[in-house]
Amino acid sequence: MSQDINITIIDREGVSHEIEAPTDMAMNLMEVVRSYELAPEGTIGVCGGMAMCASCQCYVLSDNELPEMQDEEEAMLAEAFYVKDNSRLGCQIQMTPEMEGLKVELAPES
Amino acid sequence: MIKTDILIIGAGPTGLFTVFEAGLLKLKCHLIDALPQAGGQCSEIYPKKPIYDIPAYPEILAGDLTEKLLEQGKQFEPGFTLGERAETIKKLEDGSFIVTTNKGTKHHAPVVAIAGGLGSFEPRKPLIHNIANFEDKGVEYMIKDPEVYRNKRVVIAGGGDSALDWSIFLSNVASEVTLIHRRNEFRGALDSVEKVQELKNKGKINLITPAEVVGILGDDHLTGVVVTKADHIPTELEIECDHFIPLFGLSPKLGPIANWGLEIEKNAIKVNNALDYQTNIPGIFAIGDVNTYPGKLKLILCGFHEATLMCQAAYQIINPGKRYVLKYTTVSGIDGFDGTRKEAPKAVVKSID
Repeated sequence: MSQDINITIIDREGVSHEIEAPTDMAMNLMEVVRSYELAPEGTIGVCGGMAMCASCQCYVLSDNELPEMQDEEEAMLAEAFYVKDNSRLGCQIQMTPEMEGLKVELAPES
Repeated sequence: MIKTDILIIGAGPTGLFTVFEAGLLKLKCHLIDALPQAGGQCSEIYPKKPIYDIPAYPEILAGDLTEKLLEQGKQFEPGFTLGERAETIKKLEDGSFIVTTNKGTKHHAPVVAIAGGLGSFEPRKPLIHNIANFEDKGVEYMIKDPEVYRNKRVVIAGGGDSALDWSIFLSNVASEVTLIHRRNEFRGALDSVEKVQELKNKGKINLITPAEVVGILGDDHLTGVVVTKADHIPTELEIECDHFIPLFGLSPKLGPIANWGLEIEKNAIKVNNALDYQTNIPGIFAIGDVNTYPGKLKLILCGFHEATLMCQAAYQIINPGKRYVLKYTTVSGIDGFDGTRKEAPKAVVKSID
């Protein structure tokens, strides 16, 4: 049996949500945000999760070891706005047991 | 005034398939799209990416799907108003509609089908504090007429295909082209990247990386841009120019449709999914990703289904009381509006001795 993990997401209004995410449904962070409707539909995951729109940009606040950034994500972040050193695209962060305790803040809509 | 039976707003896969289904009912379609080409997101965001859940296509590239849909609907001769955004809608006394685009093109139809996906694609504007003051005064987010830049000094910002392609194109038009990007790496078609490299070596494109435009100079009209160069020691420089073109991609916005008096929920248009995908305004339908109802899934294949049912309802509005039964294309063939006919080959009836 795979365990759910506990993660914290601060939405664009600054409200913190502690939620559980499944690790066995091949979900990424962007999809978790959508499944809990923590950002209005149409403002997140616009490209569907191909690292091609940056609408799921978030700032990683915890020190979980994250999957290494691939070229596509890096290139997309180089064209996105409001980018910080701890910016990642939520669609590139898979929900795995290693993400237990993950804490992120959604970047502003752009 | 463009007249048609079903006016489709959005030329993505759902809108394009509507042309076919409407054609079977002898209804003519015209499509409006803010993008300069058909295909919607499939052409604009991911033309080279595969889709695996189109029935009977184990794998098809999004760009190829668009081409196939255009081919499938071709004999029904759809009209297109591309590169224009549907702005206003007016209901006439007879129940028909006039839809006017941002460029003033008027369309008249008894039925309107909104197949707008996530909305119309608008350019993403960089966060430069005074950029709004210079829009259309030297700052353009989209290149409409390249001739505007003849013998002018142009600064382009961005790291994707459009920044690369326009830098290449304008290097033969403008007197000076400067391309600015936050990184040394560009993401685009390999030959575009190589071409820019070649033009840079020849001194035809002035490349500044890693760098970012942080301010606009000028009084009434832009006279230059302020650039921060991210070297070991960050430096700031000013570049004199006549035009600044930031090309940071497009993002979809529901836009003017949101003000048409339609019931909106979760950035989508509420429709009657028990019947015909009609909105709260009779005669206006919403199909594909742009609509919402209990259990909605934003899938291309669901858009196809919605389009098919919607066309039946449109037929009833356009031909009140007129009899019709569903016919199978295999049985009845397809009669195009262009005079072509497709049909199944006749079986051979012959005795065997």
